[in-house]
Amino acid sequence: MTDHDHDHHADHGSDLSETQLRVRALETILTEKGYVDPATLDAIVETYETKIGPRNGALVIARAWSDPAFKQALLEDATKAVATLGHVSRVGDHLVAVENTPRRHNMIVCTLCSCYPWEVLGLPPVWYKSAPYRSRAVKDPRGVLAEFEVELPKDTEIRVWDSTAETRFLVLPMRPEGTEGWSEERLADLVTRDSMIGTGLARKPGELAQ
Amino acid sequence: MNGVHDMGGMDGFGKVEAEPNEPPFHAAWEGRVLAMQRAMGHAGAWHIDDSRFAQEALPPQVYLAASYYWRWALAMENNLLARGYVTRAELAAGHALQPAKPVKTRLTLDVVNEGLVRSSFFRPPQASARFKPGDRVRTRNFHPQTHTRLPRYARDKLGVVELLHGCHAYPDSVATGQGDDPQWLYTVVFDSREIWGADADPTLKISIDAFEPYLEAA
Repeated sequence: MTDHDHDHHADHGSDLSETQLRVRALETILTEKGYVDPATLDAIVETYETKIGPRNGALVIARAWSDPAFKQALLEDATKAVATLGHVSRVGDHLVAVENTPRRHNMIVCTLCSCYPWEVLGLPPVWYKSAPYRSRAVKDPRGVLAEFEVELPKDTEIRVWDSTAETRFLVLPMRPEGTEGWSEERLADLVTRDSMIGTGLARKPGELAQ
Repeated sequence: MNGVHDMGGMDGFGKVEAEPNEPPFHAAWEGRVLAMQRAMGHAGAWHIDDSRFAQEALPPQVYLAASYYWRWALAMENNLLARGYVTRAELAAGHALQPAKPVKTRLTLDVVNEGLVRSSFFRPPQASARFKPGDRVRTRNFHPQTHTRLPRYARDKLGVVELLHGCHAYPDSVATGQGDDPQWLYTVVFDSREIWGADADPTLKISIDAFEPYLEAA
């Protein structure tokens, strides 16, 4: 066993599944051929486990709620606007922010695969990549929203954005009432991952965990 | 290709089941697959469209039964084999048996954060954009056997151009080895009744991002 081959493989002994064995074999081959470096793979996994997640997006939303000029910039060119925030990792090109209003609710899907704004939301949840969501979001979004316990007024326009190219969409949810004067940190606690996909709404102040 | 991956509007898959407090990975091997895929992408071994096409080309029963990262793993094996980075004998042996095929670069620890930033898909245009926001367009009715990003539900439909995203590498050409073939990219919005018929929810609008070759003036 080599030094990189630590706890993520070593604790199963003979119980390794065929899947684990096949993936481990692949990593061994790619490493022996010099295509990949196991320590770098560790760092990639760690990045997605600990550094890149929906808190990044929540801070972007909280800033947009607090700073009208930033909100304007975000809606004009989200990649450029997010780059001005030091606390969020750099994002690639083609990020587009879409704003929820009392008249229009936005919802994001990728019917063809799993396109998702990783840099601001982290890795997509399994449901986002699943057949039920991919098949139904474009045809029955209100039915999907009901499964997320979201019910919108009957006359609210629902706009579903199918991420069919390299553009990535981030929903700017509506700011909950009763949050006047809140700090950005505190506002960010109201911004859920699902509210930035459009399958949820931002939490109300009373829904914050104590 | 008209594969099972093209799921928009299909019925019968059931309810959306969200998992509370879902972890980034459900098993350690999933993270290794993701990391290997990112590293091979950074190395220039194949394009993201090749990864997508390799998943779409899996037998439908395999595609539907595989978990997400297992589908990635199967597609990665096929891309490695198809491009000569590994051999079937090596996959069977679980070890390298022959010299490596050269790669453009390697993702290493010192540049790992840079390597995780998405690359830009902007490309210099080959011609000026044919459409502008507000134009009415009809999507093409085509059914290529190869990779395309025009979903079936949105073919041969009337829509309106809403946004122009610049000129991008064209997946249909990239995935068939024809290079970037840059094309203008638009957000095109459709009324739900144009897509799903008279009984559709009239408050629903659906948009796709459509490359210029997917569109004709209407």
